[in-house]
Amino acid sequence: MGKIVLKSVRKSFGEVDVIPGIDLTIEDGEFVVFVGPSGCGKSTLLRLIAGLEDVTAGTMAIDGRDVTAAAPSERGLAMVFQSYALYPHMTVRKNIAFPLKMAGLSQADQDAKVTAAAKVLNLTNYLERRPGQLSGGQRQRVAIGRAIVREPSAFLFDEPLSNLDAALRVTMRQEITELHQSLKTTMIYVTHDQVEAMTMADKIVVLNAGHIEQVGSPLELYNTPANTFVAGFIGSPKMNLIEGPLAAEQGAHAIGVRPEHMGIVSEGGWEGKVLLSEHLGSDTFLKVQTVNAGTLTVRAGGEVRLSHGDTVRLAPLPGKTHRFGSNGLAL
Amino acid sequence: MSTQSTRFAARLMVAPSVFVLFIWMIVPLAMTLYFSFRFYRLLSPERAGWTGLTNYTWFFKAPDFWLAMGNTLLLVGGVLVITVVLGTLIALLIDQPVYGQGPLRILVIAPFFVMPPVAASIWENLFMHPQNGLFAAVARGLGGQPILFLESYPMASVIGIVSWEWLPFATLILLTALQSLSSEQLEAAEMDGASGLNRFRYIILPHMTRAITVVVLIQTIFLLGIFGEIFTTTQGGPGSASNTLPYMIFKQAIVAKDIGRAAAGGIIAVILANIVAYFLMRGIGKNLDA
Repeated sequence: MGKIVLKSVRKSFGEVDVIPGIDLTIEDGEFVVFVGPSGCGKSTLLRLIAGLEDVTAGTMAIDGRDVTAAAPSERGLAMVFQSYALYPHMTVRKNIAFPLKMAGLSQADQDAKVTAAAKVLNLTNYLERRPGQLSGGQRQRVAIGRAIVREPSAFLFDEPLSNLDAALRVTMRQEITELHQSLKTTMIYVTHDQVEAMTMADKIVVLNAGHIEQVGSPLELYNTPANTFVAGFIGSPKMNLIEGPLAAEQGAHAIGVRPEHMGIVSEGGWEGKVLLSEHLGSDTFLKVQTVNAGTLTVRAGGEVRLSHGDTVRLAPLPGKTHRFGSNGLAL
Repeated sequence: MSTQSTRFAARLMVAPSVFVLFIWMIVPLAMTLYFSFRFYRLLSPERAGWTGLTNYTWFFKAPDFWLAMGNTLLLVGGVLVITVVLGTLIALLIDQPVYGQGPLRILVIAPFFVMPPVAASIWENLFMHPQNGLFAAVARGLGGQPILFLESYPMASVIGIVSWEWLPFATLILLTALQSLSSEQLEAAEMDGASGLNRFRYIILPHMTRAITVVVLIQTIFLLGIFGEIFTTTQGGPGSASNTLPYMIFKQAIVAKDIGRAAAGGIIAVILANIVAYFLMRGIGKNLDA
């Protein structure tokens, strides 16, 4: 079980309100991703849930039990840190067994659980090594192993993949997703990488300056962003936001069109010159300086052969335009 | 980096300093060794010659030699235990965020800047003095008798004074070790359910072993030769209760003016230092390997 409910949770460091007040419910078994730019308070929120920081105001409950003032160890949560925070002087076996030892389990029970966890994480051959002798991915797995042996009610991940190289990141992303599918335990995952958020989450919480901008499934956020911030943050490359008379024509303060929803047309549309063209093989990313709509990014097919200085005409695909009011909210 | 030619060049460039350091060490050692087998008294310079092992046998037969050896080791061991244990505790304390942390740390480190004879004089006259000392005043205030520190407990008093001088050094080294511990490790241990005491035992203490080893090794080198504090306070007394090997050598060289015997004592001290170093390196030297 691992249902976590936050009620008007506030956190200030001295004068600074890092989190002015957040209400959030995380259902049991959900994979929730906190995503946002750096400094948005997502790590602080995770540390508040972990109990590593005290809340300034508000309450927090896990499975209906009020844990607002509970010590980290009493909350039944396990955390995987960005730096992995392995104990360097202990072997992998002792690292994984540490929470069990602290819980006072017998040596036989510790060994059984460590062996089982090592098997799941492919660490069996590395149990007698020390963290310093392992690669980044292996260390990551040891940190996860240390978390799963405790059978916590929820896992907390604080940007766990940011120290890995790109290829390993994709592998570990899949491994964590598979782990979630087999354990079916609540997982809260903090990242600034919207690709990780989109691919792993059941539910994404987009944070900005301590506020929740939107909560929803990855596709909900992609298809119906609640405001310009979410529209710009979710999706890669970023959504084009066009303000001014072109937006006013459609009765909005700003209109947004995703690069993949921008079509190249033979007549009509917005005329512009190609500033940059990136050929990725499958896709071509174009940066186009238009006359009326500013600089736009276009994701075209790989067969498009335009280069710097060419003139193109762009038009959004029908029904794929997002409209936003002057307060930034979607209309 | 280490091709044959760079290795050769490195050795060539290091060679002059190795040579100078070698001479620096070997000449005094050879002279001490030479004098230790000679009859050489400054008061009777006309009598000179080889005396075999007489200078050494005098030491081993001296009534207070084994006491002095024991005192030397007691001084080293006692100060090491006190400075490492208290140093760890003080380092843990001043690592906490408190108001006035900077001045507090300077105050903690200050005793290290006091010269040994000055420190010993301060302790002897301002704290341990049976009439004027602070401890005597406290004892009288509580209705008791002043303790005669330097007369009744000479070795314990010297150990106390030397510990006070070396505590800042230990604290400083241990504090820097403490500060290099990543806070995420402590937080991870906290999440893993480790109590404060368990975090200290399983995370902080193992992290500090290397620094503790450094403190023990460096202090041992200096503590084996402690002389000024004893000279200033007890003069090896009462009787020879607080006599140490360096103080015995001093008495032979400067008081008795017997250079031969003092040289023999010096060689015994070198051998003692090497025995201590051997056991230290065997016991805790492996902590220095990364």
